[in-house]
This record gives sequence, structure tokens and C-alpha cells, in this order.
Amino acid sequence: MARKLKLRIWRGDATDGALKSVEVDVNEGEVVLDVIHRVQATQMGDLAVRWNCKAGKCGSCSMEINGKPRLACMTQVSSFPEDSEITITPLRAFPVIKDLVADVSFNYRKAMEIPSYEHPKDLAPGAARMQQVDVERSQEFRKCIECFLCQDVCHVVRDHEENKKSFAGPRFFIRIAELDMHPLDILKNRKQKAQEEHGLGMCNITKCCTEVCPEHIRITDNAIIPMKERVVDVKYDPVRWLGSKIRKREGIV
Amino acid sequence: MTSLEKYKYDVVVIGAGGAGLRAAVEAREAGLSVAIVCKSLFGKAHTVMAEGGAAASMGNVNDNDNWKVHFRDTMRGGKFLNHYRMAELHAKESPDRIWELETWGALFDRTKEGKISQRNFGGHEYPRLAHVGDRTGLELIRTMQQRIVALQQQDAKDHGSAESHMKVFAELTITEILKENGKIAGAYGYWRENGKEVLFEAPAVIVATGGVGKTFKITSNSWEGTGDGHALALKAGANLVDMEFLQFHPTGMVWPPSVRGILVTESVRGEGGILTNSLGERFMFKYIPEVFKDKYADNEAESDRWYLDQDNNRRPPELLPRDEVSRAINSEVKAGRGTEHGGVFLDVSKRLSAEVIKKRLPSMWHQFYELAGVDITKEAMEVGPTCHYVMGGVEVEPDNAAAIGVPGLFAAGEVAGGMHGSNRLGGNSLSDLLVFGRRAGMGAVAYVKNNPTASVSEKAIADAAARIEAPFRRAGGENSYSLHAELQEVTHNLVGIIRTGKEVEEAIEKIAAIRARSANVAVAGDRKFNPGFHLAFDLDNMLLVAESTAKSALLREESRGGHTRDDFPGMNSKWRQVNHISSFDGNKVNIKAQPLPPIPKELFDLFDIHELEKYMTPEEIAKGGSN
Repeated sequence: MARKLKLRIWRGDATDGALKSVEVDVNEGEVVLDVIHRVQATQMGDLAVRWNCKAGKCGSCSMEINGKPRLACMTQVSSFPEDSEITITPLRAFPVIKDLVADVSFNYRKAMEIPSYEHPKDLAPGAARMQQVDVERSQEFRKCIECFLCQDVCHVVRDHEENKKSFAGPRFFIRIAELDMHPLDILKNRKQKAQEEHGLGMCNITKCCTEVCPEHIRITDNAIIPMKERVVDVKYDPVRWLGSKIRKREGIV
Repeated sequence: MTSLEKYKYDVVVIGAGGAGLRAAVEAREAGLSVAIVCKSLFGKAHTVMAEGGAAASMGNVNDNDNWKVHFRDTMRGGKFLNHYRMAELHAKESPDRIWELETWGALFDRTKEGKISQRNFGGHEYPRLAHVGDRTGLELIRTMQQRIVALQQQDAKDHGSAESHMKVFAELTITEILKENGKIAGAYGYWRENGKEVLFEAPAVIVATGGVGKTFKITSNSWEGTGDGHALALKAGANLVDMEFLQFHPTGMVWPPSVRGILVTESVRGEGGILTNSLGERFMFKYIPEVFKDKYADNEAESDRWYLDQDNNRRPPELLPRDEVSRAINSEVKAGRGTEHGGVFLDVSKRLSAEVIKKRLPSMWHQFYELAGVDITKEAMEVGPTCHYVMGGVEVEPDNAAAIGVPGLFAAGEVAGGMHGSNRLGGNSLSDLLVFGRRAGMGAVAYVKNNPTASVSEKAIADAAARIEAPFRRAGGENSYSLHAELQEVTHNLVGIIRTGKEVEEAIEKIAAIRARSANVAVAGDRKFNPGFHLAFDLDNMLLVAESTAKSALLREESRGGHTRDDFPGMNSKWRQVNHISSFDGNKVNIKAQPLPPIPKELFDLFDIHELEKYMTPEEIAKGGSN
């Protein structure tokens, strides 16, 4: 039942590295992470790879498989032609630590820059009443498993290290959108801040982030575009501009 | 050796799952400085895998629910081996813990009135589980992760740095909990990225490391579930209680082999999924135990009616506690009525429309579609038992989660024992980690007030460092991957879901032999992100945990909850009065029997006396609870 599979695995660290060819057994139904583990247990005991749940729920085993950002635990070996060689490399947009493990600390620094949820001061625990339809908009973005594949694929930073300082990336645009659409959050001007401080304007809507999202979150259509539109609305429509100045809470438009 | 990184904190939290993060929030809000240490990246802990929900008797869907009903369900589920005080605190406090999450931004699914929706689950009398589709654990961990970030942002404003008072040390393994003069003094470990060693000096340590599933071959646990906290606490002088009780979740995936063990949420049954064997029989009707006969329907018609009218019908037997369902599936497969791949069928497609399934069970749909090529809106899933949860754990004081016997050590979440007795109800884990995570934080705060400083001796540092270096100095020794695989084989075959005394004795011998060989594990490569090196330490912990489980299992000559002895098939009231306490003498694990704390009268009186008669001895019934 087992057949031989040819793999090319990137091995190395920040200073040096290269693709190494290996041949490994593969069984019916196995995912790429399974064969990486088999290589680790039988041929390369010190091969570095991050993983956790092996069920597409934690977002740890992000890497590039034949150049495409993917979760190794959700990529079936059988999705590639049987005689083809599979090439596995670490996430390209982030510095490599070792082998398939990249330094994703950029994302945790960006998370720290996004203003947190603010609960209404006078709303006691348990007193909140929200309709399902209203929570669903934010819930879509809260499905995010922080695999950072969207961050990895985004052209704004993938080949432009210099943009990282001023660009939070798709993961954090959906975080801002989630809070912006949160029925209870009271912090104002989240969209404007996304535009002015987190680089929302740098996104040119190529939808690559949506395409690689393993949770199928419609990052571009449901988070980025609506925020861009409203920022433009408020900025250029004199009536809306005035409204934004008088209304207590800017919230969901 | 390279220069040692040294830190001083008021409290070190080991583990960044739900319990650890909740403990950290509590300690930081009370003004303490906190180190959060975890083996994975921040936000990846196994809590994200919890699917069904968090049990809390808010009464949003059925207002008959209250803490007393929840307490009763929890005790029944654990077959009355639970520590009554933990079950009581848990039932009373879990609604507040859920509502508190909402003030930090959590977004649970709603009822029509806009309250938090609650779903049915095995063993819970009323719809009780607060949930977000089938990704409730992710919501919990993200909410607390974001709460930690919010507190760090506040520290940045107040003290000039986000990490001035609380820092997450991600991808760092703790190899030792350190004591001086009989009290906690800190913890020692290494960065997984580069192998550099780290010393934490702290008067309080909270272990919140989760479970032990990786000791077993088929498990729903991730690689992190290697019993680290269990073993570290044991080695630091704490006790483990009731380590024979492992929960085999009835529904793990069975096909294809690479996904064997991955969890299929109990919500599938909560939403109306039924179990059938290869003959098409809905077999659970045959497996309703005597103690549950008045609560579970013994025919299909009544089961079906229950979904519409819960007040006048008994529940479907698919919603029996997990231990019962697992044993039933095991028996069906053994009797030759299993599926092609050794499981049974679980089908929700006949009760719910495709649209509703995708909405209520989105990650299940996704998981089966992507990993098994099965569309659960049209066809049945193949499922079978998988090692899911350890009921046993560090013996603690219920009110402050303090580990008994080690001043300054606390334990919360799955790593702590007592709360769930011999079997945990689904949904009680997420609420457990919130309730006791907070209490562990409070316990540490009170302790640190009286014990503000700690320092570690040079000798302790040198010993800890030598242990980390050792595997690199051995040439041509054992391979940690193969030893791990051997251990999993032993536990699976000999201390698994059904046990006999003879098998368990064999397991104890084999585990000891593997442990002897593990002292000779050698590691290839260097310290830089080296999984072979990491596994060497995990393996040490798993071996200690397995020894404790096997030895406790040998002594308990009855079947109860997550411990089934083929040679002692019944439940025996005498054994209900006994906890098994594991301790470590530096060489091996020793077990002693310890009487259970007696249930006080006010809690005793919450039960129908005829129900208690099924679990307790006539003498206990005559006493009617303690005062």
C-alpha cells in the first residue's frame, strides 16, 4: 500500500541553507505533515518543524508547499501527481530560524499595536443582549487561527521588507474589522486608524490573502473592502464627515 | 555552557492554554509580575481544539437549570469520585466566568432573546454549553490571549514597556521546578529555538500544562500533551490523584490512518447525530446502565420526541456520559459489528439539513471533507474511541488550587485532579479551566503576599543544567522517537480502554524497562530547534505519567468511569471511598490509597437517596453526609 515519495526539504538556518532531497514512504490518506514526521523519525532526527493539533485548528504548521503558503496538516499528498516531487520550504515573508521554522514574531508585535476591545463601562457581565445576525459578522473574523499564511502571501510585505514597519497585514485588518463590527465595542475611529496607522491604504486588493486562508475567511471582501469604502466615505462626503463629528459613536455604519 | 538567562517574577505560569492564561490574567490584575511559559507559539495551546462548548448553568435556554443541577450532573458523570468541593465551586462559578469573557470581547452564539445560546451535551440535564459553532476553545483562548495583550498595552502606558510586568516566553520548555528549603523557588528550562538555558526565580509556580494524551497511541491530543506538569509537580514533591482514570472520547476519526484519533466533537450527537453499527442497528439502546435507566430513552420514538419536548421525554442514549458510549462502541467492534476500518457510524445527515450542519458544525464538515473525503451532510462518519483527557492530576486544595505538600506550587485545568472524578462530562473542561485558572491565580496572589522573594542556589542551577546537557554527551544511545513509539504501544495494548490485572502488570514491567533505556537516550545534531532533543525531555515526563497510571490501574479492582477492568467488571461502592495517590521517591512512583473527603450534608441532600444508594455503601447512606 505504501509508495515512495520524493521530497525536497529546505534545510538550514539564517546564515545558510539548501534543498535536500529525500525519499520516504507514503500511505493512503496521508498529509504532508505525516511524511515530514516520517522523515524526522527515520532520516533526519533534528529536522525542525512546527505543528500542534494536526487538524487545521491551531495554525502552527504553516509552510510553503511547492511555493504556495499552506498548512502541512491539511495538504493531502494525493493532491499532487503521483510521480511528482514535492518541495517544502519555510514561510518566505519571515526570517527563517531553522529548516521549516520561521520567526513569526512580526505578527505578535503587530497584535500589540492594535487597540484592544473596549467594553461599555455601564454594561454588567451577563447583561449584554445581541442578535445572532449581528455577532456573525465579527464571528467570521474570529475564526482566524493565526496561521499567518495571509501575512506570508501578501505582496505588500512578501518582497518588501521596508513595508513591514507601516503595514499590519491582512490578519490584523480582520482583527480591526472584527472590533469595528463588534456590537458592543465602544472605541471610536478604528477604521480611520487602520488607514492612518496600520497601512490599510497600502492593500491593493489582489485577494491573495483570501485565497490562502484555510478558514475560508473572506478577508478582502468582508473586511478590507468595506473598511476602505467607509474610510473614503467619511473622508470625502461632507454630510458623512459632519455626522462623524457629531455622533457619539461611529461604530457600524 | 553559554551564559544563563535569568529572570525574577512573582509567579511563573507554565502552560498558556485556557487555565494558564486565566491564572495569568488574575495574578497580573492583582498587581503581580507574571511570566507565561509555553512550549508552542502563543495562542496555539490545545485549548483551541475544544469544540463543543463551556458548561455553565446560566439557564438561558431552559430556566430550570441552576448550579445544583450542574453539580449533580458533574458528580453523576464522575461516578461520585469527584472532589465534592471542586465540583461545587465549578458549578457555582462557571456562569460568572463565561459572562466575564464577554466583557473581554468574546462573541458567543446567541438565543433569540439575544442571550448566550446553550447547547445539549452528554450527561448534562439541560442545554448548558455556551458555544461558538464548534470552535468554542478557539474563542476562549483568543479572548484570553487578547486580554493578556490588553493588560500588556496598559503596562506599556503605565510603565513604559508592554513586557514590564508580564511577558510571554513562547517556545520554551521547562525541565525542572526548583525548590529551596522545601518551598518553590523557581523553574528552569531552555528556549526551543536555540537550546539556550533560562532560569526563573519566583516564589510561586502555577502548572497549567494540560494532559497526557501523547502517552497513548491513538489520541486527540497534540504533541504538547506529554504530561509535563504532572511529572514536574510529581518530581517537585506533589502528589497525583487517581491517575488510572483516562477519558477515551467515544468519537475520534478512524480513517484514513493518518487522522486516526482526531476528535469528532460530541456536538454532533448533541445536535442529533446517531450511532449505528455495520448492521444498521442503533445500538446504544442496548447499553444504558442501570444507574441511568430513568434518564435515557430506551426506544427510538422517545429519543426523537426529546429533541422537541425535553420535559416529557428521556434523552437519547447517544448522549450518555463519554465512558459509557466509548465502552459500547468498543463492544460493538469487538463483537464484529464494526465498520470496515474498525469503528462505528455516526450520522447527522438524516436529522439536519446540509445548511444547518454547515452552520452548526462547520469545522467538522471541513475536517471530514478535507481529511477523509467524506461529506457529512450526505453520509455517515466512521468513528471510534480516542484517548482524550486525563481525569487524574495534581492533588490540590479546591479553593486556591494549591498543590498539596509543596508550598508555592499551584495547578489548574487538566493537569489538576479531583474535579471530574472518574469521568469528565463534555463541556466541563472549558469551564473548569476558567474557574480554577482564576482560583490558582488568586491562590498565588495570596501566597506571594506572605512569601515575596525566592532565590535558587548555584547547586540547583548546576544540576538542572547538567540534565539538559546529558543527552548530547551520550554516544550511540537510544533513539527518543523509537522509545516513544514503544511506550505508546504498551499503553495502548495494556493500559488502554479495557484493562486486566495481568496486562497492567506486564505494562508496569515494560514501562520500567523503557524507562531504564531512556536514561541512555542520545541526541543527534545540536541544540538549535532540535525535535529529537525536545522529545527526550517529553519522553521522561510521559514515562513517569504512564508508570503512575499503570500502578494506580492495577490497584483499583473495579470498573468505574475511565477505568474499565475486564477482570472486575462492576462498580463497587467500597472503591468509591478511595482515591489513589501517586508520589515519587526519586526512583519510582509509589501509590497509596487515601479516603475520599466525605460529602457534607447540604450537598448530600441535593440528591435523591435512591440514586445515592447506587453509588454509596449502606453505612454512608445511614450517615447522610458529614457536618
